[in-house]
Amino acid sequence: MVKKTVKIKINDQEIVCEEGKTIFEVAAANGIEIPTLCEHPDFPHKANCRVCAVEVKGPSASSGRAKLVPACSVPVRDGMEVITASDRVKRSRNLNLEMIFAEHVEKCATCVWRLNCKLLAYAEKFKIPINRFKDRKGDRPIYKFSNAVEIDGTQCIDCRNCIDACSLGQNINYLELRGKGLDQEVAPVKKKGVECILCGQCAVHCPVSAAQEQAHWQEVEKALKEKKKRVVALLAPYVRISLCEDFKMNYGELKAEQLAAALKFLGFSHVFDLGASLPALAAAQSRELIKGEKGRRGPLLSSCCPAWVRYVEFYRPDLVKNLATAKAPQVASGEMIKAGWAEKNKFDPRDILVVSISPCTAKKFETTRREAKIKGRPAVDIALTTREIAWLFKKNNLDLAGLKAVSLDKFDGEAVTDYPGSGQIMLPFLDKKKYYEKFAEEGSETFELKIGKKKFRFCRVNGIRHAQEKLKELDTFDYLEVLACPGGCIGGGGEPIPTTRELVCARAAAMLKTKAKK
Amino acid sequence: MDILSKIKKANLIGRGGACYPVADKWQMVKEAKGDEKYVVCNASEGEPGVKKDGYIIEHFAERVIDGMAIAIEFLGAKQGIFYVNHHYFKRHKKLLATEVAKSGTAIEIFSKPVEAGYIGGEETTALNVIEGKRAEPRHRPPFPPTSGLWSRPTLVNNVETFYDVSLVAAGEYQGERFYTLSGDCLYEGVFKLPADFSIEKILKATHNLPKFPFFVQVGGDGSGEVLNQKQLKKPVGGAGSIRVWSLEKYQPARLLLNWITFFQGESCGQCTPCREGTYRLKEILSQEKVDWNTVAELLDNLPDTAFCALGCAVPTPIRSYINNVLKVQPAGAVKLPEETLRAIRESIK
Repeated sequence: MVKKTVKIKINDQEIVCEEGKTIFEVAAANGIEIPTLCEHPDFPHKANCRVCAVEVKGPSASSGRAKLVPACSVPVRDGMEVITASDRVKRSRNLNLEMIFAEHVEKCATCVWRLNCKLLAYAEKFKIPINRFKDRKGDRPIYKFSNAVEIDGTQCIDCRNCIDACSLGQNINYLELRGKGLDQEVAPVKKKGVECILCGQCAVHCPVSAAQEQAHWQEVEKALKEKKKRVVALLAPYVRISLCEDFKMNYGELKAEQLAAALKFLGFSHVFDLGASLPALAAAQSRELIKGEKGRRGPLLSSCCPAWVRYVEFYRPDLVKNLATAKAPQVASGEMIKAGWAEKNKFDPRDILVVSISPCTAKKFETTRREAKIKGRPAVDIALTTREIAWLFKKNNLDLAGLKAVSLDKFDGEAVTDYPGSGQIMLPFLDKKKYYEKFAEEGSETFELKIGKKKFRFCRVNGIRHAQEKLKELDTFDYLEVLACPGGCIGGGGEPIPTTRELVCARAAAMLKTKAKK
Repeated sequence: MDILSKIKKANLIGRGGACYPVADKWQMVKEAKGDEKYVVCNASEGEPGVKKDGYIIEHFAERVIDGMAIAIEFLGAKQGIFYVNHHYFKRHKKLLATEVAKSGTAIEIFSKPVEAGYIGGEETTALNVIEGKRAEPRHRPPFPPTSGLWSRPTLVNNVETFYDVSLVAAGEYQGERFYTLSGDCLYEGVFKLPADFSIEKILKATHNLPKFPFFVQVGGDGSGEVLNQKQLKKPVGGAGSIRVWSLEKYQPARLLLNWITFFQGESCGQCTPCREGTYRLKEILSQEKVDWNTVAELLDNLPDTAFCALGCAVPTPIRSYINNVLKVQPAGAVKLPEETLRAIRESIK
């Protein structure tokens, strides 16, 4: 169906565009930047920040002069004339930004977002005085969820993206808007039977880092500086893809080996692929699937995603016994380091600090689990998100593109694995080509899993809301692999911001096209 | 003649405050796509100083329900909803239920929760409240005639509008409307008088024209325009209320603060210019020394970027009071220091 086109003008530039697109979309497609905070392509237009105001010529009903409209939610019409930076627009836009600033207590000194922050960028670009109004949210609470995610009420600008992420996105509905008018705040619902699964989708959709991961980079920085322990990195393979966005490189230009070099520059003594344990896990889990049904009625459920495990434990305790007993990837890899590798090299495991680096917020919680301990100590000591490591790199002025590649360390198997982030564990038994076709799309897909001569019905799911649906059809698969984040780990709560459905698909495509190895 | 032509001939305009031509709106809903349509009577009457809808419900409930029934039949609507504020619901629920039962029309009486507040009277907010959502306005477009209650075409009209429709259908409409008078006047209350009467005529006819220096606020004590004694030759707009203020009785600072406090407390909080803007205005206007330049900036920003009509209305009483009263009075008559008056004159246009 051919979509109707219309002719409009933006800043006197004639543009032919598709009818029904918003002013914001058309401007973006033509390289014209309109600032915004609340707009996110993953969710319906909210138009509440009112920063994207533009002037539209043509008499408005009441005043007869041109009117200001929010570009994010107003569709283009034939003959429309838009001005994005008139004096009138600047006055309103800047004043709204100023007032938004006064809703956000600045904690720039320790914020991983400092060098990426939209608020600071706009303040500088538009020369906005950020101190005319006193901060008004200084006494708001900071809601913390386990050690993984937090909503800092002192910094919230009321854009509601986190609520959309938790409800429209994940269907967990743990966050709500409480209170009226000025007093409104984002808070956990006061309802029994609803719990946070720590997926961090709220954090990855927040424009101002009010919803964010709980920071652990300071601990890592301290350990690297003190040099009292051997600080070892477990690097998730797909970090090299999404980090390109933060460092303005094309996908594929950043190799895992350059990241290893950067980490070693920071002081990490060794850098391992987080997926190092995956081959062993695949074997263990396939055995479990085959051995089957001892005490387990129904399908085997994956346990590699800590947010999914938390979901099952809280929402479907009846299915806990269906969870695979194989350890999660970071835990298994951490164990490999602290046991086998340490022994082989005659290192005291108590002198090793294992730091995992991945796009995951729930992994922070996972490090504290009872099952994630080896000889009473955590297999992984600290889990950092992609954002936190990006911050550490930038803080140290690391030019990732210019770094000379250094091999990743290996222990047992390949130095670099290339698991894309979904169906991680069972990949050796799947038709990879078929699997890779849509693995980053939201939703679920069923495949045939072949282990030796045995065939199993394998279902992979991206996004917890789709998993909720699948749990109603337990008899339609033998093995269910769930990643709680939409798009899988490359859409994870710890990924760089922005993360949108479109970017997730682009990252996935890049992941498949480019190889991690040199 | 069919009812739509009768309404058109009578030139009925909406009596909820926006004065939109009734026939046009009815036609839009009629022509909207979809077979499930709704009719909502907005009886929230949240504008301070406006009491006419409560009066009409008390004395003419039958006509109001009749007007709704006419609309429901004309549109083939699935249901009517009488969206009434909590206070009126408590007082008149039996009366309303009786009239609905008598008319035999599918009309649900919906008691508006108190927390919905002033913004709960805004039509898209009313729809959200009926749907069980937060009391906040919706994006417009789409407008209720094409996408309203449960996204279906919906006719939203005021109590008095439906009353007028009933009169028109019976051939008894005489071009009158209900005015609410209050404030520093002898006879407060609701009065029925010709719709084309000027403010001055209404004050005279109700024996309320003051002998002392005064100004008025018309259309609502919250969002209405403030006019001085020389500006009373025009008709009353908005929701048809006149609030009389004695010039000497009130401190300008107090008046300004009252208006902004009202808006700040009723702001739904959805958008930056209103949620933050009314808060900062209140903060500034509460101080001894007011930064009038910032006040002007905040006032300008509201109609330009506010999400809904409440935000756009905030500057109306404040600006009109300053321009029509403060600026034209000699400094002695207005209780403000000369330099403050000068600063106001310079900053607020």
